[in-house]
Amino acid sequence: MFLKTIRRDLAVVFRSPAEVINPLIFFVIVITLFPLGISPSEAVLREIAPGVIWVAALLATLLSVEVMFRGDFEDGSLEQMLLNERSLVSIVGGKIASHWLMTGLPLTILSPMLALMLFVNPEGIRAIFFSLLLGTPILSLLGAIGAALTFSLRRGGVLVSILVLPLYVPLLIFATEMVKAGAAGLDYTGYFYWLAALLSLSLGFAPLAASAGVKISLSQ
Amino acid sequence: MRFFSLPDYQLIMLNWFHRLGAPRSFYEISGRLLPVLWVLSGLSILTGVIWSLGFVPEDYQQGNSVRIMYIHVPAAIVAQSGYAMMAVAGAVFLIWRIKIADVALQCAAPIGASITFLALVTGAIWGKPTWGTWWVWDARLTSTLVLLFLYLGIIALRSAMENRESAGRATAMLALVGVVNLPIIKYSVDWWFTLHQPSSFSLGEKPAMPAEMWIPLLVMVLGYYLFFFTLWATRMRVEILNREFRTDWVQRLVVGS
Amino acid sequence: MNNLTTFIEMGGHGLYIWSAYGITAVVFAYNIVRPILMRKEIISAQRRLLQQQAKPAGKENS
Repeated sequence: MFLKTIRRDLAVVFRSPAEVINPLIFFVIVITLFPLGISPSEAVLREIAPGVIWVAALLATLLSVEVMFRGDFEDGSLEQMLLNERSLVSIVGGKIASHWLMTGLPLTILSPMLALMLFVNPEGIRAIFFSLLLGTPILSLLGAIGAALTFSLRRGGVLVSILVLPLYVPLLIFATEMVKAGAAGLDYTGYFYWLAALLSLSLGFAPLAASAGVKISLSQ
Repeated sequence: MRFFSLPDYQLIMLNWFHRLGAPRSFYEISGRLLPVLWVLSGLSILTGVIWSLGFVPEDYQQGNSVRIMYIHVPAAIVAQSGYAMMAVAGAVFLIWRIKIADVALQCAAPIGASITFLALVTGAIWGKPTWGTWWVWDARLTSTLVLLFLYLGIIALRSAMENRESAGRATAMLALVGVVNLPIIKYSVDWWFTLHQPSSFSLGEKPAMPAEMWIPLLVMVLGYYLFFFTLWATRMRVEILNREFRTDWVQRLVVGS
Repeated sequence: MNNLTTFIEMGGHGLYIWSAYGITAVVFAYNIVRPILMRKEIISAQRRLLQQQAKPAGKENS
């Protein structure tokens, strides 16, 4: 059921690829705004790069996570899935996984290029790549909880951000500190383990919480 | 729970739980307790205020501005544990579907948010004479700010949902997710703060506070807790009247008063 | 008198201390008054509703 949901979601997206590409375009545009808004100077950009890239990734994920359940809810297929299958958690897990495959993974792959444009050194770029690789699944997992609680509401968009952004604070702190340590040439395996711990914690809790949220939203 | 039979003592517990959870008995019991709570919380806060403004000695580093500690620290403490208590109410509502727990959750959020707001504002005002600026990204202030966001999320979600039953369950869910995250947020912000501000001292964190300073602080913390409970019960009673207005006892009460 | 001014000035920190305590008092007062007003509002709304329900029934009887 988990794989089936992923396959189904990916198939839907490949028919209209805008849904994958739009968050990526958003990610790139937001990052481009910072040199324009702050300063093109190398020193400044290198200093703010980890934060800028991570905040842009947060926002791009939030924009796309909001529709995670909404499409299936509006055409009634979400309820269908729940009627036919008892494994709600694996359906939700599949949705989260496909969301990560469609936004988190492309963001991670794109990030070295953007880091290069912000004058991050090669060590720092490696750290950015690995922090995003471990961190973006957490973004999708926690975002799914917010999406699950709000998909049945008419004005869900900003609400998801309000609900989920505070939960992203620890991730943002550990990830950007990891990148800073990496860019300074320090050993960052400690941070890496921290992110891994956060990831396993959210892997354990978030699918359950999101499934409970889906059930609550459907019962409305 | 329902698939296997429960031992007797658990049934008795559940029964008792449901009795207390009945809106009417809560309304009656809290009505008897509230005057006592009002007096106790008023007295302890009054004592704490007079003590902290009039009798606590000046701090050798901060001078008189240390007196702000007596309203900042209790607010920060109650703001945090208020969120935890709200989450407990949410858990009770999700597991046992006790209506009163949902009332508790709904009523705790605005009180908690305003006390969090107070912790932030008094912290900022304290920061001005202590650090020379209104705002410092101090560990406690920053995690209190995130806590305020968590409270606001609960309030926003509640007001966005029209159906009361699912709004209650959704906010309970969110409160539980928040309370799991709260220690992680607090730890990570503390850690982030020590990385970035190694030398300056944080608000109210002293190695050893003399008794003449911490006893009034304790009185204030107690007063803030009592005040929180008083406001909480008061609000819950109003919300019960609002929700149960179709029942006989509320209608009799409305006509009688 | 002199004592009072030194008490209010608080060694130059008076403005900060009094504004912190003042804002706390205002927020506390709001939190105390708000449920009282809400209670009044709810009770009067419910009483109106009950009277409306009672009226048509009364007409039928008379």
